[in-house]
Amino acid sequence: MGSTFRYLPDTAQDQQAMLDALNIDSIADLFDDLPTSIRLDGELPIEKAIPEPLLMKKMQQLASKNTNANQHSYFLGAGTYDHFIPSVVNHVISRSEFYTAYTPYQPEISQGELQAIFEFQTMVCELTGMDVANSSMYDGFTSVAEAAALAVSSTKRSKVLISQAVHPESRAILTTNASGLAYAVEEINLLDEITNLNELQQKIDQDTAAIIAQYPNFFGSVEDLAQIKQIAESHGALLIVSANPLALALLQSPGHLGADIVVGDMQPLGIPMSFGGPHCGYFAVNKKLMRKIPGRIVGEALDANGKRGFTLALQAREQHIRREKASSNICSNQALNALASAVCMSALGKQGIRKMAQLNVEKADYMAKQLSKKGFNVINRAPFFNEFVIKLPVSTNTANRKLIEAGFVGGFDLSMDYDMADHMLIAVTEQRTKAEIDQFITVLEAL
Amino acid sequence: MKPYHSLIFEISQSDRSAVDLPESDVDTIELNDKFPSHLLRETEAELPEVPELQLIRHYTALSNKNYGVDSGFYPLGSCTMKYNPKLNEDVARLEGFSRIHPYQPEETIQGALELLYQLQEDLAVISGMDAVTLQPSAGAQGEWTGLMIAKNYHRQNGENRSKVLVPDSAHGTNPASAAVAGFETVTIPSNANGRVDVEALKEHVDHDTAALMLTNPSTLGLFEKDIIEIADIVHQAGGLLYYDGANANAILGKTTPGKMGFDIVHLNLHKTFTTPHGGGGPGAGPVGVVKELTPYLPVPRITKEGDQYRFDTEEPLSIGRVKGYYGNFGILVRAYTYIRTMGPEGLRQVSESAVLHANYLKKRLEPYFVAPYPQICKHEFVLSGINQKKLGVRTLDIAKRLLDFGYHPPTIYFPLNVEEALMIEPTETETKETLDAFADTMIQIAKEIEENPMMVLEAPHTTVIGRLDETKASRKPILRYTKHE
Repeated sequence: MGSTFRYLPDTAQDQQAMLDALNIDSIADLFDDLPTSIRLDGELPIEKAIPEPLLMKKMQQLASKNTNANQHSYFLGAGTYDHFIPSVVNHVISRSEFYTAYTPYQPEISQGELQAIFEFQTMVCELTGMDVANSSMYDGFTSVAEAAALAVSSTKRSKVLISQAVHPESRAILTTNASGLAYAVEEINLLDEITNLNELQQKIDQDTAAIIAQYPNFFGSVEDLAQIKQIAESHGALLIVSANPLALALLQSPGHLGADIVVGDMQPLGIPMSFGGPHCGYFAVNKKLMRKIPGRIVGEALDANGKRGFTLALQAREQHIRREKASSNICSNQALNALASAVCMSALGKQGIRKMAQLNVEKADYMAKQLSKKGFNVINRAPFFNEFVIKLPVSTNTANRKLIEAGFVGGFDLSMDYDMADHMLIAVTEQRTKAEIDQFITVLEAL
Repeated sequence: MKPYHSLIFEISQSDRSAVDLPESDVDTIELNDKFPSHLLRETEAELPEVPELQLIRHYTALSNKNYGVDSGFYPLGSCTMKYNPKLNEDVARLEGFSRIHPYQPEETIQGALELLYQLQEDLAVISGMDAVTLQPSAGAQGEWTGLMIAKNYHRQNGENRSKVLVPDSAHGTNPASAAVAGFETVTIPSNANGRVDVEALKEHVDHDTAALMLTNPSTLGLFEKDIIEIADIVHQAGGLLYYDGANANAILGKTTPGKMGFDIVHLNLHKTFTTPHGGGGPGAGPVGVVKELTPYLPVPRITKEGDQYRFDTEEPLSIGRVKGYYGNFGILVRAYTYIRTMGPEGLRQVSESAVLHANYLKKRLEPYFVAPYPQICKHEFVLSGINQKKLGVRTLDIAKRLLDFGYHPPTIYFPLNVEEALMIEPTETETKETLDAFADTMIQIAKEIEENPMMVLEAPHTTVIGRLDETKASRKPILRYTKHE
């Protein structure tokens, strides 16, 4: 009998015809090379197949157990944000010529993907102020570790310094990465909510491959990259910056301020929160590091008739050619999400992205001022982008329970990662209205 | 259709936009009042400026220049380019999955945690492992995660084993991941039958061996019959056995890596479990381990207490974090939906059909191309273009000629131990008619090579662009658009 599964097209006749051609009696003969001792007897003990209509219902029920941003107003950020995504984004990435394709190894039938990524690379270069960007990485956090590995290998030094104002998950992944590649990671403490530059000055030495800072930092504050660059340069260390690409619409580009490697996550531009993934790391470098950049990269090329096209470039860096000598082990990246963010950036355009960023600044600023007026202590001493920290009269956990009841997803609890009990990191995107902000504050006042 | 050659920057005009954002409902801010001037941009980022319809036409035109599984047959070996079910796309886009934040309170994301927990359980059963982490975002990241687990396990036992053994037919990511995990790679040759040379393995295994990485079936599409003996050799020396799951599409419901004696397994959800490749990603590469290695899995782990699901971060021996949050959740949702669609019988039939299709297609092509390994194959097989090369036509040319017939070519020049390799993986979701039509085309190309080789050497003839000068593109790279005034 043929299969009853809708993704399996063979009829009984098809199967028989193929078995006849192979001159065998049954499909079982094709598994004769499995030693009997390792064969499964009986089916895998997992749940039976569920037909499409019932399965959709089941999945809807599962999804409905989660509180989502359609029902609640989110003031939670800390690396993942509820931003506006234009409808065009999902329509473009739903074109299956894009999403059902593999990595563009055959450029003649992959020009669409290749060109879209070439455009993405250009947009990343524009925002970061860097010379070269790759086609994407897993996420912003793993990109920090890849950047550190690149700095260690290109400077032949064995230590990186990372500010504690860099996202805790970036630092955690960096630690795992460093224990594999055997380089040292030292953290630089905070002064208020920004990197302590005096301590940085003391800890940097001739063995420091790079300083890693975040821009804006984990607490929303804008670090003075110019000063950090000076410290790095005086010891021949590279400057690695992890940056929010939306903030870069307004802030001076890290490239302009001397960054050697700029990484981050495109999630704020066109990618749903999706419980933390898939998002899309980006990775940009200056010209000197171009041939050491990890991952895939698209370049312009000509065919025999002189016609412009696009193809994967500089492949000699990559694992499928260099094997153990490759600049990274990355193979799959986040191409479809890079496409999503390219569409979002194209839709916003040069002025739209500034307007969106400006709305973030204004709404966060309004909320912080209102909170100050109501007597809450806003911790940030440096200017902040769309996030800031406040001190609460109760634990953040307690506050968040009250907020959920009132229809809000409250901010990030800083008690675990920073030992800052009763401190909440609040994100205010362009999605939040004045009315939502005011109501949120009313709930906090009642604590 | 009208040809289209513009970059989005080339159709851009000042003061156009495809987005209308609301006006601010709070006080306006002068940026110069808030930020120091040296931290503000002086020049704007040159993003394109296009209206909505022109944006859509641009990307539609690009999509028309792209080829996916939905466009046609895609027998790219070791990539498992099977159908990407549409239901999975709809489920991943449900707002209860796509619009939730990774740091929401646990009690507000019980549905997401339940799904992840169930998927962990299912993948543990399918791989024959005791516990699974869903954190790795791709196969290569899974490999690195698995090797870091091996490293910490050996360290915990007071050993600093420095070598990882990899067969010569392995994916390039295997040695690259070993290097990132701080290991030295030792290459194990294949024997004349295309399988791991057991004698050579014995010579190389010693007390410095941290692990052997193996893809089974191998990239040649051959099942390692000696797997029990191989596992014994590695285990007796105190090493671990790592399963590269790139080819797991051949074994679902037939055997498990656990049964074969593996200790660590990664599965590529974007291969075996139908999540779309997305033009290069995102994928997902969950890792399963045997009981003894469970304490080393990355944190957070997802656990169940009573009827509540929660995160467990308190694992002192854990290798730590490997990826932000909990992995590529949206991809995990798709894979979970697929497993529920197929159930145990469906998954078994997937592998049976995949293997039947590969053997049938191989049988049809063997008279025309050299099949270096004539025995039965699993879900894929490798042909060699050495006879065609003698006539002056390379495998690359055959691949390019296939484009004219509307096919995506097989993987070429891999594995490295077969000269002029063509690695063909038809998958289970194709019809016999498609397999026959592809075979007919390959046979026609073989005849063209004998009768009219220029037709093949000058291919492709029908694509939007001819062969590109990749050497020049790498020597003098142009990696971004620059406006020419």
